[in-house]
Amino acid sequence: MSNIKIPKKTFEKEIGKLDEKMKERIALFGTPLESVDEENLEIEIFPNRPDLLSYQGFKRSFLAFLGKRRGLKEYNLKKPEKNYQVKVSPSVKEVRPYTVCAIIKNLKLNEEKIKELIEIQEKLHTTIGRKRKKLAIGIYPLEKIKLPIYYEALEPDKIKFRPLESPREMSGLEILQRHPTGREYSHLLKGKVKFPVFRDSNDNILSMPPIINSEQTGRITEKTKEVFVECSGFDLNILKKCLNIITTTMSDMGGKIYSMEIKSREKIVTPDLSSEKMKISLENTNKLLGLNLTEKQLKTLLEKMGHNYDSKKKEVEIAPWRTDILHEVDLIEEVAIAYGYENFDPLIPDISSIGKENFEEIVKKKIAEILTGLGMLEVSNFYLTNKKNQFEKMGVAENQEKNYIALSESKTDYNILRKDLSHYLLKNFSSNVDSEYPQKIFEIGKVFRDNKGKVEEIDRLGIALEKWEKSTQKY
Amino acid sequence: MDKLIQSLSPIERKILPYLEEKKLQDICKKSNLDKTSVLRALEYLNKKKLVELNYEKKKIIELDVNGILYKRKGLPERRLLDLLAKKRILPLKDAKLQSKLSNDEFKASLGVLKKKALIELKNGKIVFNAKKEEITKKMLEESFIESLPLELDTLDPEQKFAFDSLQKRKNIVQLEEKKKVKIRITPLGKEISRKKIEGKELIEQITPSILKSEKNWRGKKFRRYDVEANVPRIYGGKRHFVNQAIDYARKIWTEMGFEEMTGNMAQPSFWNFDALFTAQDHPVREMQDTFFLENKKSSEPDKKLMKIIKETHEKGINGSKGWNYKWDEKESEKMVLRTHTTCLSALKLYSLAKKEIPKKFFAIGKCFRNETVDWSHGFEFNQTEGIVVDKNANFRHLLGYLKQFFKKMGYEKIRFSPAYFPYTEPSVEINVWHPDKKVWLELGGAGILRPEVVVPLLGEYIPVLAWGPGFDRILLDYYEIKDLRELYKNDITKLRNIKFWIK
Repeated sequence: MSNIKIPKKTFEKEIGKLDEKMKERIALFGTPLESVDEENLEIEIFPNRPDLLSYQGFKRSFLAFLGKRRGLKEYNLKKPEKNYQVKVSPSVKEVRPYTVCAIIKNLKLNEEKIKELIEIQEKLHTTIGRKRKKLAIGIYPLEKIKLPIYYEALEPDKIKFRPLESPREMSGLEILQRHPTGREYSHLLKGKVKFPVFRDSNDNILSMPPIINSEQTGRITEKTKEVFVECSGFDLNILKKCLNIITTTMSDMGGKIYSMEIKSREKIVTPDLSSEKMKISLENTNKLLGLNLTEKQLKTLLEKMGHNYDSKKKEVEIAPWRTDILHEVDLIEEVAIAYGYENFDPLIPDISSIGKENFEEIVKKKIAEILTGLGMLEVSNFYLTNKKNQFEKMGVAENQEKNYIALSESKTDYNILRKDLSHYLLKNFSSNVDSEYPQKIFEIGKVFRDNKGKVEEIDRLGIALEKWEKSTQKY
Repeated sequence: MDKLIQSLSPIERKILPYLEEKKLQDICKKSNLDKTSVLRALEYLNKKKLVELNYEKKKIIELDVNGILYKRKGLPERRLLDLLAKKRILPLKDAKLQSKLSNDEFKASLGVLKKKALIELKNGKIVFNAKKEEITKKMLEESFIESLPLELDTLDPEQKFAFDSLQKRKNIVQLEEKKKVKIRITPLGKEISRKKIEGKELIEQITPSILKSEKNWRGKKFRRYDVEANVPRIYGGKRHFVNQAIDYARKIWTEMGFEEMTGNMAQPSFWNFDALFTAQDHPVREMQDTFFLENKKSSEPDKKLMKIIKETHEKGINGSKGWNYKWDEKESEKMVLRTHTTCLSALKLYSLAKKEIPKKFFAIGKCFRNETVDWSHGFEFNQTEGIVVDKNANFRHLLGYLKQFFKKMGYEKIRFSPAYFPYTEPSVEINVWHPDKKVWLELGGAGILRPEVVVPLLGEYIPVLAWGPGFDRILLDYYEIKDLRELYKNDITKLRNIKFWIK
């Protein structure tokens, strides 16, 4: 889960007073308010809304939701100037096939804004970027770069540049082995014959995506006014959305967006801020939500979610930074959120159906009833256990540890599935020597065994009785 | 006063004349009763306010098994020292052999003597280093052992030091807690003890022979029984408190007309994730989040369904755009411990015949996630889940069911807000108002299953309302438990005493 922090002052100045009602609006927008203190408010962003991962992005959508500025926000996209080009070599196809890029000018960066940019970049990396595996973003100071730019894959030892935070030049392999960031993400390039790089016309390497930028050409400072932005990865569609998120955020910070030509076998121009269109049916909406909306209401509600609605075509123009609208039902949910979950009148429908308990569960319940009638106490143990409890403490020799099911990875020392209940019942006794005797316990539950590579789940009953001093244990 | 006298039991009456005695042993002797009976009788009298009892706890230091031995034979270090005083220098091996000490004793002795600077160790040899008067003087530990038993509270600093060092060694001294009782007779007790009590006139027990003939009981006096007296506790059998709550949830569901579904805890990723439109690169499918079973095969997949699911993920279905990636059959075969009971809903939908619709199902059971354990997290948790399959189901119905369900669980005020799950749209997060704590509790998610989930399983888009609240939060709240780890600790005393689930 990702959270964003917003300075309270900024929020109150640009959005509205943070009173109880506003707090409720934030929650009902689908962004739970995690905490508020003197300085900041922190809100949670669900993984389907990477476009809300910056204050600018949140503000854009939330103002629409509040009805303060409805409909699709338009951005001025300037045509590519001379040499605003990225030439993509076919060599990247095997390692990281796509890139989309843009240039932003007129930025007035200060420390806070640089921090915001780095934060959104990192948050996009971890969320839709799947920890940089699916996509990675690079931002570079344009004044240090000579256009056009080349995106190509080179052999690791031919890549030489000084990575960020490093005192010296390193080769591609060295970066993966020695640089802390390189080591962290080295698995993403592991086994590749060639590594991808962005290179400018001065033959300087800008970065080796998705690992790290160059210290010389890839560090933004407060003096930076113009930047080159790229997203590289495997899914062109998501890359475009990601570029839209980051460029519109920079535009909301005061920047001007310029397109670039991406030349591979075909030429495309990015960013692409044209909106996607999707049909929505008023009938389907009303049916699924149980409402009686008019088309006019539908239009208003969609506009509150930052989209436009074309009543002639019955079509929604979806904001181009939204990654989560796959189907009409996604638009219907948008309508529901704008309508307000608090405004729905809960209703229990008239469906006649007969309730029924599972027969085996009834039998288990009866067995438990009989045993409690005999004065036994039911215990409930974990399904997971470990070899020490399951075998070693039960006196099972190591070569007799058979047919158990192990977990590939566990964050605790519980790393196999229990094979029987008895070892747990004995463990219960050993941890209860301080409780009054006699102790009579039972457990009903599943145990797991390996049957020729398949998992067998077996229902079991375990009973253990213990009297003080003379212990008689049965299973 | 008469009533009081009539309520005295035989043993109480027996010791009554001897209460002025100060010592317990004397009461025993004179009344001809054993210690336990006298103590019990004193307790009874205490309750009737005829005597006052004051218990004093004392910690007494006594000799333990080795201590008794050493008192006779001398401490091991003394024996070693005596040997060394004779030989002056001895290799370690020889010293051990000649001193006839056990391994532990020898090591301990060496340590003690070194600490006291009576010997030195040089090149594997022990060098005697003490002056004459130092050997003849008794060591602190020796005098201490001789002066036992002692009360812990009365030790002087030297004794305390000796005690601490001896306590670290094996079975030399032991600490025993002794209770000493002080008896003081109350004025009322004095008065009664002076009265001559005719014990024989009282009928202690009603027997058939007494009842047979009227003359045996008419006009006679009976001993009064104290019905408020403490009796030994009996612990009956009991269901585990989590299972009591689970049974209650089962009852709620069936009352609302839901049919139970059950199924395996180990599931192929296919049913736990793929069938629920969770993309294969979704973070939840990583080993850090989910338990994967090592080298386990899934059962033969349904090839036809697999093809449809593949298409749904790659290109979409029913007008959806899909996730737009290459779906891998191998990934779907990996076995996991179910991360939610929703996999059971998917399985149920696939096996559902169309003519059975509308239909309502529920499940309840353990689910798993790869988590560290602390007060609010664990690797196992309980989930309950309900689905409503109905052509006419809508969002308002979902909220209606949720409201009803949580009302039955004891939460009157409920709030809904937007949420996100890969397999529902619209999605809802459920918050309930906790009237005592005055906070909103997050109790889980709900929604209408996405067409990408329903269409492959049912063949057409029928709204399926689904909700799957976590159950453990409700348990903690009801049983007033603060730490999730308490649920499966199986502390027998706590299990015996915890309240029953009554709702």
